[in-house]
Amino acid sequence: MATMTGTTMHYRPLNLARWLIWGFTALVMAVLPLLFPGGFAVTLLSQMGVMIIFALSYNMLLGQTGMLSFGHSVYAGLGAFIAVHVLNMIGAGKVWLPVSMLPLVGGLAGAFFGVLFGYVTTRRSGTTFAMITLGIGEMVFASSLMFPDFFGGEGGISTNRVVGEPFLGITFGPGRQVYYLIAAWCLVSMIGMYAWTQTPLGRIANAVRDNPERVEFIGYNTQRVRYLVLILSAFFAGIAGALSALNFEIVSAENVSAVRSGGVLLATFIGGAGVFFGPVLGAIVFILFAVALSDLTKAWLLYLGLFFVLMVMFVPGGLASLILRQVPLIAAGRFKRMLPSYAQGAVAGLLLLAATILTVEMIYKVQVDSANGTAMSLFGIGFDAGTLAPWLVAGLLWGVGALAWRYAAARVRAMLETGGTA
Amino acid sequence: MTATTPALELTDVRKRFGQTEIIRGVNLCVQRGERHAMIGPNGAGKSTTFNLMSGRFSPTSGSVKLNGEDIGGKPPFEIYRMGLSRSFQITNIFHRLSVFENLRCAVLWALGYRYSFWHRLSALRDARLRAEEVLELIGMTHRRHAQAGMLTYAEQRALEIGITIAGGAEVILLDEPTAGMSRSESDHAVELIRKVTVGKTLIMVEHDMSVVFGLADRISVLVYGEVIASDTPEAIRGNPKVREAYLGTTLDDAVEAA
Amino acid sequence: MEFFVISLLNGISYGLLLFMLSSGLTLIFSMMGVLNFAHASFYMLGAYLAYSIAGTIGFWPALIVAPLLVAGAGALVERFGLRTVHKYGHVAELLFTFGLAYLIEEGVKLVWGLAAVPYRIPPELDGPLFTVFTSSFPKYRAFMMLVSLAMLLGIYLVLTRTRIGLVIQAALTHPEMVEALGHNVPRVFMMVFGGGAALAGLAGVIGGNAFVTEPSMAAAVGSIVFVVAVVGGMGSLVGAFIASILIGVLQTFAVTIDASAATIFAGLGMTVTDATPLSSLWKLTVAQVAPVLPYLLLVVMLIVRPRGLMGTREG
Repeated sequence: MATMTGTTMHYRPLNLARWLIWGFTALVMAVLPLLFPGGFAVTLLSQMGVMIIFALSYNMLLGQTGMLSFGHSVYAGLGAFIAVHVLNMIGAGKVWLPVSMLPLVGGLAGAFFGVLFGYVTTRRSGTTFAMITLGIGEMVFASSLMFPDFFGGEGGISTNRVVGEPFLGITFGPGRQVYYLIAAWCLVSMIGMYAWTQTPLGRIANAVRDNPERVEFIGYNTQRVRYLVLILSAFFAGIAGALSALNFEIVSAENVSAVRSGGVLLATFIGGAGVFFGPVLGAIVFILFAVALSDLTKAWLLYLGLFFVLMVMFVPGGLASLILRQVPLIAAGRFKRMLPSYAQGAVAGLLLLAATILTVEMIYKVQVDSANGTAMSLFGIGFDAGTLAPWLVAGLLWGVGALAWRYAAARVRAMLETGGTA
Repeated sequence: MTATTPALELTDVRKRFGQTEIIRGVNLCVQRGERHAMIGPNGAGKSTTFNLMSGRFSPTSGSVKLNGEDIGGKPPFEIYRMGLSRSFQITNIFHRLSVFENLRCAVLWALGYRYSFWHRLSALRDARLRAEEVLELIGMTHRRHAQAGMLTYAEQRALEIGITIAGGAEVILLDEPTAGMSRSESDHAVELIRKVTVGKTLIMVEHDMSVVFGLADRISVLVYGEVIASDTPEAIRGNPKVREAYLGTTLDDAVEAA
Repeated sequence: MEFFVISLLNGISYGLLLFMLSSGLTLIFSMMGVLNFAHASFYMLGAYLAYSIAGTIGFWPALIVAPLLVAGAGALVERFGLRTVHKYGHVAELLFTFGLAYLIEEGVKLVWGLAAVPYRIPPELDGPLFTVFTSSFPKYRAFMMLVSLAMLLGIYLVLTRTRIGLVIQAALTHPEMVEALGHNVPRVFMMVFGGGAALAGLAGVIGGNAFVTEPSMAAAVGSIVFVVAVVGGMGSLVGAFIASILIGVLQTFAVTIDASAATIFAGLGMTVTDATPLSSLWKLTVAQVAPVLPYLLLVVMLIVRPRGLMGTREG
């Protein structure tokens, strides 16, 4: 592509890579429900889509601008509430808006509250900012019982998404149609948030993250930067909220709770806050824990918490950083040589994982669930948690796993240090 | 603003922290286009004076005027927008961004892009060209993609200067630009400073006397929060008060040792 | 009148409990720069451990043993957890304690179950201490105040009269310098963290049976404690004290006031009916608004005086 500027010609190659990546993403999103049919899978995918938007919006604050917030669910939740009220108005014929455009309403609502609360929260930074966001989050949650007209009291506000005239036969009744709506908004939001990182505000936000003081000395008001980023982040959070409202057809105080704020923090961090696609990964993992795992075991939050704490301690860059760390190895052709030691690590990890699961599930059975006796089964193997044998097995797994881990970790470290020649 | 309005003028500036008065009535006048050095023993308050000039601190009393306008109490970004830019003694760069990105950030406000989130950075030719220009000036073109936090000390100091001048400010403040540098690195830095401050007003805090005497048109000596002398290098060299302030070591010795 | 006095005393006893919690938090924050999200979790641990111990060997031994166990847990957390994360910076430390709070809550649910446990006030401390007309002031509240004040005095004496206290005070503001002087600052950190945890645990022992002992107690108290810490000023013990009493009294009184804006309007001659716009807002009683008040105070404080009442560090 050549342009004429004055008397010089400039060639700018079409950024093919960009189109390819987004096109591929769109393709994957379109094809997924065909690969994983069934109601449960579609629900899972839909929730992942919503969580991806939510986590990416959160990372605009955390990873891009260095702002740790404990109250991000406020924007998603209030966006969801406004959206659900508007949806009910559409249903009652008081307002005309295509249902597919409802996320925009959520986004604008989120941005509005971003303007409102952000004014207070962005006056401080660092730990104090984190505390204010916690306070505001608790405040909004605590006030949910005080305004039953808006928050719907204990039961929340329910709605029906099948309203208005069907468009080309699409009513958004079936789960699959909702999934495609979510996927479309997810793609648009991802592109939007990525594009933002390539704008002046996006780059200055990075500068604020790296050195908030210096930014003032290159002409920028750091506080103003943070405020604007928060408003944009709240906008996308509102979109996620509205999509959640459409998906579940109910919004309650839980949508603005500290639990949700904590959840998005966990998801973003686990995925990796330092890379754009990190929160995408984290959102997927989080939903797998929260929705899929929660069906298998009551202790899923404990597992998630353990996973999170281990990540903070040993892989603070998140899953994305683990993946990225392999890229230079692959590029230098050394990845294959790492595989044996990685495999050893994986085996050790599996042993420790088995030990953890066995211990936790047994404690759970004995302490909480013993009403029906202590017989239980894990992965198809039945045993009695009231007897000594399974506890000995757990202890054995811990011991062997710990030893294997120490060995494997040392191997991996040695391999990495010597460039794969050890 | 007339031709004789000094670029920077401090009148009886005082700064107190709690009970301690660090700056005890500083009077300073720097003309436009002048290269002015501030020297003095450790703890004299040179960095504090810089902070007062650049908005990091506000004066307890007295006035600081930039091109005739009072800037006391204004935040740093406002003072920057009025045309004063400073570097830091302890390198203060954006460590996770590349060298090029560091410089591009430094030019964005000056080029008027402000808080835009609708411009695509890669399409901003003027920002790119200006950043590349500064990159060339500071001799870091070959390191443009390096992460700023991974640079060597001298490279970081060069980047620090680059960030300071990238926005095109008229008044440049450099806080100990050659601190921690070897002789050859210092000479290099001096050449760089000379190059980038052509036609601008430069105020420099320095300990290295050869740098000071090599670059400065005028020198001010700060001792215990007061300016005890402000004159041409020759006059300063011969000033008995200044000699006393350096605790017995004559200025000649200091220059020779350097 | 007697109602006012009783409520005031109740408020003060609650405030003192809050102070027991926020003092540990403030000490840890001042010294180590770590905002311990799991602080209220140590409170919860103290209560649960006391419940189990009191169930076997009685309340009085539990009063000593439970805080010691929590101190041990705190020390272990610092030694093996925080220290690993320290190199990644304050945000990572904060996130670690945040994850720890999750873990402790889930761990408690795992071991003691999801429902509240019947952790009772011991019979010898049950009942009214004195009765003024119809309102009575419980013996146990007086006991709580006694323990809190004793603990306060203890901290004060340790910090100002002992050598280790001097080191702690110094390390509060200049940890690197203290280390340069040869003190084993990491060990001091471990002690402070363990000590702070013990304080929280002790608060749990005496608070768990006065209020309720359930898995959500940490979250309930935790956010209030943060409000106290921020309002009082991060890093100021005196500020934490004032803020604790203030919020303790505020909360206790607010819950008892059934007046609302509508009552004021009625006093001015205007009646608020269901048809009045925003009627649900005007009819809100102070008691209904009570849960929000501490956070409102937080927001106002942060707008008006961000460093809190007596703060020096802004965090």
